[in-house]
Amino acid sequence: MIREAALVLADGSVFEGELFGAEPAGGVASGEVVFNTVMSGYQEVITDPSYAGQIVTFTYPHIGNYGTNQADFESERPFCRGVIVREMARRHSNHRAEQSLDATLRRFGVSAIGGIDTRRLTRILRDTGAMAGAFGTADEASLRQAAAAEPGTDGIDLVADVTCERPYTHNTTRIDTGSTMRRIVAFDFGIKRTMVRHLAGLGTVEVVPATTTSAEVLAREPDGVFLSNGPGDPAMCGDAVQTIAELLGQIPIFGICLGHQLLSRALGGNTFKLPFGHHGGNHPVRYEPSGHIEITSQNHNFCVDPASLEGKVEVTHLNLNDHTNEGMRVLGVPAFSVQYHPEAGPGPHDSRYLFDMFAELMDAGV
Amino acid sequence: MPKRTDIHSILIIGSGPIVIGQACEFDYSGTQACRVLREEGYRVILVNSNPATIMTDPDFADATYIEPITPDVVAKIIERERPDAVLPTLGGQTGLNTAMALFERGIIGVPGTPEMIGANAEAIATAEDRDKFKRAMVEIGLAVPVSGIAHDLAEAMAVVERIGMPIIIRPAYILGGRGTGIARTAAEFKLRAAEGLAASPIGEILIEKSIAGWKEYELEVMRDCADNCVIICSIENVDAMGVHTGDSITVAPAQTLSDVEYQEMRDAAFACIRRVGVETGGSNVQFAVNPETGEQVVIEMNPRVSRSSALASKATGFPIAKIAAKLAVGYTLDEISNDITKATPASFEPSIDYVVTKIPRWAFEKLPGSSGILGTQMQSVGEVMSIGRTFTESLQKGLRSLEHGRLGLGCDPAEAELAEIGDETLLKMIAIPTPDRIFQVGELLRRGTGIEAIHEACRIDAWFLDQMLQIMEERAALADEKPTELSPRQWRRAKQMGFSDGQLAHLWHSDELTVRALREAAGVIPTYKTVDTCAAEFAAETPYHYSTYEDENEVRPSDRPRVVILGSGPNRIGQGIEFDYCCVHASFALREAGYETVMINCNPETVSTDYDTSDRLYFEPLTREDVLNVIAAETLASGGTAPKVIVSLGGQTPLKLSGVLPQELIAGTSPHSIDLAEDREKWSALCHRLRIPQPPGDTAVDLEQALRIVDRVGFPVLVRPSYVLGGRAMQIVHDGDHLARAMRELAGFGSLGREGGLSAERPVLIDRFLEDATEVDVDAIRDHTGEVLIGGVMEHVEEAGVHSGDSACAIPPQTLPPWVVEVIESYTKSIAQALDVRGLINVQYAVLGTTVFVIEANPRASRTVPFVAKATGVPLAKVASRVMLGATLAELRHEGLLKPPSSNGHVSIKEAVLPFNRFPEVDPALGPEMRSTGEVMGIDSTFGLAFYKAELAAGTVLPTEGTVFLSLADGDKPAGIVVARRLRQLGLGIAATTGTADYLASFGVNVDAVVGKISDGHGINAINLIAGGDIAFVINTPQGQGGGARSDGEQIRKAAITHRVSSVTTVEAALAAVQGMAEQVGRALSVRSLQEYHRI
Repeated sequence: MIREAALVLADGSVFEGELFGAEPAGGVASGEVVFNTVMSGYQEVITDPSYAGQIVTFTYPHIGNYGTNQADFESERPFCRGVIVREMARRHSNHRAEQSLDATLRRFGVSAIGGIDTRRLTRILRDTGAMAGAFGTADEASLRQAAAAEPGTDGIDLVADVTCERPYTHNTTRIDTGSTMRRIVAFDFGIKRTMVRHLAGLGTVEVVPATTTSAEVLAREPDGVFLSNGPGDPAMCGDAVQTIAELLGQIPIFGICLGHQLLSRALGGNTFKLPFGHHGGNHPVRYEPSGHIEITSQNHNFCVDPASLEGKVEVTHLNLNDHTNEGMRVLGVPAFSVQYHPEAGPGPHDSRYLFDMFAELMDAGV
Repeated sequence: MPKRTDIHSILIIGSGPIVIGQACEFDYSGTQACRVLREEGYRVILVNSNPATIMTDPDFADATYIEPITPDVVAKIIERERPDAVLPTLGGQTGLNTAMALFERGIIGVPGTPEMIGANAEAIATAEDRDKFKRAMVEIGLAVPVSGIAHDLAEAMAVVERIGMPIIIRPAYILGGRGTGIARTAAEFKLRAAEGLAASPIGEILIEKSIAGWKEYELEVMRDCADNCVIICSIENVDAMGVHTGDSITVAPAQTLSDVEYQEMRDAAFACIRRVGVETGGSNVQFAVNPETGEQVVIEMNPRVSRSSALASKATGFPIAKIAAKLAVGYTLDEISNDITKATPASFEPSIDYVVTKIPRWAFEKLPGSSGILGTQMQSVGEVMSIGRTFTESLQKGLRSLEHGRLGLGCDPAEAELAEIGDETLLKMIAIPTPDRIFQVGELLRRGTGIEAIHEACRIDAWFLDQMLQIMEERAALADEKPTELSPRQWRRAKQMGFSDGQLAHLWHSDELTVRALREAAGVIPTYKTVDTCAAEFAAETPYHYSTYEDENEVRPSDRPRVVILGSGPNRIGQGIEFDYCCVHASFALREAGYETVMINCNPETVSTDYDTSDRLYFEPLTREDVLNVIAAETLASGGTAPKVIVSLGGQTPLKLSGVLPQELIAGTSPHSIDLAEDREKWSALCHRLRIPQPPGDTAVDLEQALRIVDRVGFPVLVRPSYVLGGRAMQIVHDGDHLARAMRELAGFGSLGREGGLSAERPVLIDRFLEDATEVDVDAIRDHTGEVLIGGVMEHVEEAGVHSGDSACAIPPQTLPPWVVEVIESYTKSIAQALDVRGLINVQYAVLGTTVFVIEANPRASRTVPFVAKATGVPLAKVASRVMLGATLAELRHEGLLKPPSSNGHVSIKEAVLPFNRFPEVDPALGPEMRSTGEVMGIDSTFGLAFYKAELAAGTVLPTEGTVFLSLADGDKPAGIVVARRLRQLGLGIAATTGTADYLASFGVNVDAVVGKISDGHGINAINLIAGGDIAFVINTPQGQGGGARSDGEQIRKAAITHRVSSVTTVEAALAAVQGMAEQVGRALSVRSLQEYHRI
């Protein structure tokens, strides 16, 4: 039974489609509409907490082909507000599959809309930037209203919605990579499981809520502090920025994505919103010290302004598409961070050396 | 890193003639490479024996050698040109093998010689040597199919104990997969192992775990000198392991791999290219994946650009060969800009937002005796690519692009072929891969057979099967609808699934144009999207489009005068790269003249489908519906002005469309004139009026009419269908029984029926066959003022009766007296005049004694246009395309485009290249049906030397020592004496069959060895001699008609192919061959560039 549905953007654009996944409350799902250009890895994207508050459009038309499975969840559940696709797979086929994507979305109450001219949608988003939107089975006027009412992600603290409520220690089979096991405190601003898995290769990982204070961190006597990815505007995470500033110089720090932005702000730098963000698995980033190019997984709407950190950091990574900042090393302090996702879930494995660098930094101490 | 300044000149080795497995994709890659390297300021030296390529145009290299690609010849070129570097990775396997041979001789790749750039000898050896490659992969921790080597049954049993069934046995040192077999049980294994051990000359077999049925993938990798690696494209095969990837339907990107699996494969591909040691450029790595467990194994890698890389380039918009050439001279990926976005660098991995399907095209119907079963050896002669937003759309577009009379996945008249076959039988049939399997699978799905059962039988992944099932379900739903009441949403849904108007017409018992009108009335027209490498993340500058049915159309407005050029579709025997050459030239010439050119084609191998070639590229099927759609879109984009359309350069494909396109849009010769030349009665009347003799004949639609014609003209007759290219189903008929058989075959609803069988509009042509006549081809151009330019007069080596595409020919004519050439030229001018030709015309003649007969005229580009251009230096296709749009020859002369032909006394020979080594079961004798896949050219100062070179380039070595085996048909024996005497004079030995030997002896020519009939079964026979390596060359001419499949002659010809002994099968070729040997003996082969021949 086809559930006819429509998508309406804040600029008034209307797209006709078909509803998949869960029935949204009142027939309307709304959020900030963004796109992602990965051709595989939809499950990881949908369950990435960084998408909190957003509706993810997949530019690749066939989504759901290989189903979903427990192992590829990047968090306990999807945090995005909805999914937009051209063609939702009716039948999946893969030996790893446990459930169809449609069924998984229903299970977690996430709605999706299929049959959309996602290329037209992407071209709109590319030109005007991420935009509020709403889709569902409700009439067009209701959808239009919902889109208009949607606040977007600017100036909103979404981290509070996704961070863990209390600290926990990651339990995993230990891979003994050195003579001493390290202790890592990882801030959960919306942390992805693949990150935790990678950190677990370096030592014991204690994941802590975003609101954890520097004293609480120091009390755990960690060898290193990790700043995770997360959703929304870094300018809204003032407390975390303060905490990071207090920790700087006391403990080696490694940040990814939102963690990179928060570290920058802790150093007094600025962040700004990109016109349409980076969301994909094919962005070239150059590692400046060696000139080597990494193909990277990216998912951010905000970006660090390196000019605001002049003299405080060395820019280590550069995006070759738009020449925005992708990474830095803090001068005189054991801390570094990257804007993109070296843990890759989904995405290429080109940048995993950064975790080894973190291990070296921790071993060198302060 | 900036580009290298320590090298100044680079030799590029091309891939030679089009053969199965090596087609136009290397013209595409080579042309790109030549272009960019010249742009970078390097002196480019090119060697390629294929005159039909764009890359061998003198404009594309500083020195272009149309010479045989053999180590000796290339060594000569190196000696003459002294290049600083050799780029061997753009000329396919030919390029690699030649480079390796030169390396082994110490001519390149060692200090003091030209450097090998792209891939060095060690890397090539690691990738090419199966065992070395396997060991290298194991060394870096990648899995390969488990295998072992055995020399007897006991060893073999031990190996199988270790690796388990099923296994595949590959005997060592065998040709063409002989003795190869798959075993599933111990009994089968013992049998196969014994066969394999017997088949191997060294008694050795490789026993490999069979992974037939696993999923197959390919990744296209690029690496630069700073060790940056990127994946350009992933490809998933619809057909599972067991069918050669070149014969598989494939899809990009991979559809059924999770990201975890894909990234594992990506890591493996990088590890592979690094270990093999390809320093810069593109490679492709093939993987197999166990669908039950996800286990991945590496199958092989190609350390060079390939057919897959051409496909990947077209599929993503990322020009692999062009970038590979830049990387080879030292650039890194981040220093090269992405042509399509212009704003981002080439150091990225394309993301695509559509589905690409590649479908091969085979030519089994032209190769009677071939099994038609697909396996581990590639047999297809061409391919199509299609782009859709979904797999269903892409698949159906691809199937209708094939031009095999199919309108999509069934739902067309041709599906009736399967109607009578029961489900059980069909289910058995799909276990055997054939060209028709996809339709059989579709039919089973339509009938409701479950996906599991179908998957079990054919191993096609359930995801693909479910997609096809959706097509069938949509069809069933549409069948219940009234077309007049269909909602726009329903129309759109049908079109989004790829249904053509023709399929819907079949479904609704309507006709295509009615369906089109109803659809357009519902407001449902295609939207054109852009291939942009980045899934719309960045704005694209390059207009490379495909159609779909969605919300937004991306074709940009423009007000310049536009010309649509219709390409030639998939390569096939009879229509290949020559026509792509013409289309590309038209685009170049017209762009230069200020037109905006629009290309429509669906062949991913070609230069025409390079997004750089034309101002706009539509990657679309060449059907009426799709072409009309593009014309409509272009008309819309220019505010209502319709573009001109060129239909006469792409061979039969666009020509067939000329009648169904708006007549006023067609540039050049009018469809009326085209019809005049095709319509037998009108054509005869025209010749009669012009007083040009024709062989007597007429047209027939049934046997009765055919017999009446024969009563009048007498046997033998040439029987052929109208409107086909490549002599499809053409036969020389000697008696009434044969005539009845020929007429039945033509009327049948076989593959020929699909291409236009027997009907009132398409009758059969029956002409008296002129035995022993000399065949002549002429290419000419006429402009609207009536001036006619004779491009070239070609005299065929083989006599009339061998298809012109399969026979060698010479420019200038070698035996025709000047007055005959004058008569031919004058006839050509009057015919061009009478047909009011505006552009190219090709006329074929047969000269018998003092009479010149006209056989046929075609007011369009012919297969020989590029050869004539290379032989004379006159760019015929460029001139013709300008003339088609109104320019006069006088104007073009004034402009400088048209220069007088160069005549420095050189002789140019075109020779055909035949695919028989791929089809050992097919009789390699030549006939009126064309079977060659490609051609080569030899140029030198005399006929003999040029012929020698042409043969060498085609792979036929004319010996200057050793023993020649002679067995001649009775009619050929008199000429055989001349051949035998020349051989004796040259000091070659002669072996012959009894009959031939007796005949020669009676004329005083001694034979060294006489062999008996094979059927006698005693003594040494011809096959023993050939197999034993005692024969350097075979001359065997078929005994007129009949002889049967088991005739001695056929067995001898097949034996020569199997044992790779060069042979000729006509006495004319034998005469030319001995002339070549005589002139070549005792002298070194000399090389010269086209630029020198034409004094450019």
